[in-house]
Amino acid sequence: MKQWKKVMSAAMVTAMTVGMLAGCGGNDKNEGSSGSSGNSESGEAVFKIGSIGPVTGGAAIYGEAVKNGAELAVKEINEAGGINGVQIELNFQDDENDPEKAVNAYNTLKDWGMQALLGTVTSAPCVAVGSEAMNDNMFLLTPSGTAVECVQGENAFRVCFSDPMQGVESAKYISDNKLASKVAVIYDSSDVYSTGIYNSFAAEAKNTGIEIVAAEAFTAESKTDFSVQLQKAKDAGAELVFLPFYYSEAALVLQQAAGMNYAPIFFGCDGMDGILGVEGFKAENAQDLMFLSPFTPTSDDETIVKFVTDFEAAYSGTPNQFAADAYDGIYAIKAAMEKAEVTPDMSASDICEAMKTAMTEITIDGVTAKGLTWEASGEPSKEPMVVKIADGDYAVVE
Amino acid sequence: MKMKAMNKTTKTNFITYLLVIVIYIVVQTLVMSGSMSSLMQGLLVPLCAYVILAVSLNLTVGILGELSLGHAGFMCVGAFSSAFFSKCMVDVIPSAGLRFFFALLIGAVTAGVFGILIGIPVLRLKGDYLAIVTLAFGEIIKNIVNIMFIGKDANGFHFSTKDAVSLGMEPDGVIIVNGPQGITGTPKDSTFTIGVILILITLFIVLNLIHSRSGRAIMAIRDNRIAAESVGINVTKYKMMAFSVSAALAGVAGVIYAHNLATLTAQPKNFGYNMSIMILVFVVLGGIGNIRGSIIAAIVLTLLPELLRGLSDYRMLIYAIVLIVMMLYNWSPKAIQWRKKYLYFLKFKVEEEV
Amino acid sequence: MSFISYLINGISLGSVYAIIALGYTMVYGIAKMLNFAHGDVIMIGAYVALTSMTGMGLPPAAAVLAAVVFCTALGMLIERVAYKPLRNAASPLAVLITAIGVSYLLQNTALLFFGANTKTFASVVPIPPLTLAGGELTISGETIMTIAACIIIMIGLTLFVKKTKAGQAMLAVSEDKGAAQLMGINVNGTIALTFAIGSALAAIAGVLLCSAYPTLTPYTGAMPGIKAFVAAVFGGIGSIPGAMVGGILLGIIEIFGKAYISSQMADAIVFGVLIVVLLVRPAGIFGKNIQEKV
Repeated sequence: MKQWKKVMSAAMVTAMTVGMLAGCGGNDKNEGSSGSSGNSESGEAVFKIGSIGPVTGGAAIYGEAVKNGAELAVKEINEAGGINGVQIELNFQDDENDPEKAVNAYNTLKDWGMQALLGTVTSAPCVAVGSEAMNDNMFLLTPSGTAVECVQGENAFRVCFSDPMQGVESAKYISDNKLASKVAVIYDSSDVYSTGIYNSFAAEAKNTGIEIVAAEAFTAESKTDFSVQLQKAKDAGAELVFLPFYYSEAALVLQQAAGMNYAPIFFGCDGMDGILGVEGFKAENAQDLMFLSPFTPTSDDETIVKFVTDFEAAYSGTPNQFAADAYDGIYAIKAAMEKAEVTPDMSASDICEAMKTAMTEITIDGVTAKGLTWEASGEPSKEPMVVKIADGDYAVVE
Repeated sequence: MKMKAMNKTTKTNFITYLLVIVIYIVVQTLVMSGSMSSLMQGLLVPLCAYVILAVSLNLTVGILGELSLGHAGFMCVGAFSSAFFSKCMVDVIPSAGLRFFFALLIGAVTAGVFGILIGIPVLRLKGDYLAIVTLAFGEIIKNIVNIMFIGKDANGFHFSTKDAVSLGMEPDGVIIVNGPQGITGTPKDSTFTIGVILILITLFIVLNLIHSRSGRAIMAIRDNRIAAESVGINVTKYKMMAFSVSAALAGVAGVIYAHNLATLTAQPKNFGYNMSIMILVFVVLGGIGNIRGSIIAAIVLTLLPELLRGLSDYRMLIYAIVLIVMMLYNWSPKAIQWRKKYLYFLKFKVEEEV
Repeated sequence: MSFISYLINGISLGSVYAIIALGYTMVYGIAKMLNFAHGDVIMIGAYVALTSMTGMGLPPAAAVLAAVVFCTALGMLIERVAYKPLRNAASPLAVLITAIGVSYLLQNTALLFFGANTKTFASVVPIPPLTLAGGELTISGETIMTIAACIIIMIGLTLFVKKTKAGQAMLAVSEDKGAAQLMGINVNGTIALTFAIGSALAAIAGVLLCSAYPTLTPYTGAMPGIKAFVAAVFGGIGSIPGAMVGGILLGIIEIFGKAYISSQMADAIVFGVLIVVLLVRPAGIFGKNIQEKV
């Protein structure tokens, strides 16, 4: 038996060595290209934009959306003549929502000759990749990494709101509009995004005089049953329940609340966007649900209508905020590249240097905001809208 | 006879060490000559961590003969305790080497202590019940790490299991462990060279333990507990020894892991039962009780999904199929027979397993 | 009042765990393997039922039947291709690892076919919710259905094992494979039958799980699968009534832990209780503690 194992292992080692060498071989090619110029397979000069996010594993919904949104934008730009006449090539790599895999994906893209990065989609991987990108001086624009640390480096920017910003804005909105004085929070204590918003919401609640009567958690391991959290909120007399997490879980929460005849005001964050797009979801369960969002697919704004129609035609499904962020992200990269007048033969580091400043000078009218600009800190300047669901449709609350 | 057996084990061990050293030299040469892709360079340190994990779990599964599904829990303990130390000491101890050395000690010792604490109840159980309890401990560790908030300000350390606000810190305070966001900004002290040195130390510890008097006692317990007990072997002591050494080594792997990435979070993916099972896959695929096999399996299975990146959407699907096929090829009695029949010309010299 | 409400919620959640655990414990008892892919067969069952209802417009009963037939075939196929060749492998762990491979395979196949997006599952249960104490307490139709299904399946399985020839064969195989073979029992056939039954139960469990908690993704089955495994161990693995009791107890503990101790630590509490139970009764609540002989 043993000898066969040896044969196997010998074969494996050989296979791996070949694999490594193959990897090296690929690198030799790329070193030429990433060092001096970006070239497509056909030899024509292109801008190589990489993107990273989870397309397998539990967070695959978000990565998938970003991938589609980015692909759509790249297609449009290329059809319209590219960036200063240069086409874009997009390469999307899977990170399974794991920081370690995200760094592997980043290195894969580097070997490919990436010149700017749109990513990563989720927060924890984004922090890990961010530190690598900072060392390499690689331009990084995350469509949806909300944690504060995601944009630590000077090279890093984001399209979405940050966690503290959402928590603070939500608390302010609730107190300014006197929606409720007694608030319950249900959050995912195993998730960076959810806990981040909850923490800043709790801090701001103290300042605005909102009383948090119940703060109940769930985890990735126990997110089927929310009856206890809802019952506690009900027993504590909460007039409003704050739900800082994603719509796939929220769909269950709302359904269970309806099942127990509990109807407080439900208030969510940008992760709530897309809830009406969940196949088979009963919209009456989300009646009067409010949430902060930068993007509403039902808006009659021209840019948004075009984006939504094209997206639905290409990917069978309504785009959510992740897709919208990615779409704007690609256009922001385009604008910054045009502003910085970079050329595809420049190295990633030189491009980054030029784009760093250009990012703070551009203004884009995207689908997530009009007149979107960036500060040197990497934060976008955009106002969140409050969206309310009425009769199975999103409506912006003025 | 005895002399000959000794020589053979020495030789087998020597080959294992040599394998690691040769791989190291080859890799270093490739890195030096600049002909290694960034992906491969980025994978070197995680590979070291996985190799150590596989070897350490093999001590529990192969030598002690108990199925543990909570190995990632010990890794988690090692990772978080050492990262906490490094993050606090980053200004106090400027030398990366010295800081990493202390972090390593702290990670290994903490994980080892957890190994003893958990081993006391766990090792009283048998078989699948033991497995499920180790899984339970692993999940408990992950859950607790996820709700831990530790901050530091002028008044010292603050601790909370609720949220960052209830730490009640001064404005100048720094949050070190931030709930599910874990520890951000651990200094990147792990290098491939350190990793390989630690692999060699791990191998040295494990191989020497196996071939020592204690190791033979442990294997006697594995093969027949009652017989071992009846010849006066202290079953609890030796079980505990294997289990805690295995835990401490998993802690070492955790230290390497934590000091390689800028962010350390306890997610199901890296410290949950998924990871424990992944390590078990290394051990079983490499051959239970076969240390060298564990090393090779850990390398193969970590590289495989990365090498499959070209397949994009089908990547994980192909990975699953390859895993099933490799298992069938390696373990199925029919496949072994078939190989004996048709691939006899590849026959290597026969060698006994540990 | 909230205590009773928590209790009802606990039983609802527990009944779902119980119905998954029944399939788990069946397979474990006879094939002596932890089938890590069981949770994913559940997920596949739910997708098949959903597709037959929304895609093909079948009535719920027919959709459930389609899911059962599909999963039975799938279960037997998996057993034949991935598990049977390893039945006499040198280590019982080999088949465990293959099961993990199968689990990945099912998840990723579902991901390719159905996409990552969450789908809402339309309940197949026609029973209206039961309202008690003037609207203070509600028991959903899904809960009633799940518990009823659980009890029927438990009784059915017990009778099957005790009264039929095939059931007796299963018992014999679980006691001693070699001896059973010598007595003329078709061991391979019996194990295949076990997988068929286990997978059919998984399909039913999938439909009921998604009716009670109506979201479906390719990863829906994984966590309930592990929880059901814990439930099966709780009750004493291999014991049919044990699986049911273990499942319901696990649900109640999870809900009470969240309600009265801390919702942040819910997982730690569940697993903590499990550890304590196993330390007091090392073979689970209904398990037989077999004394080792020399």
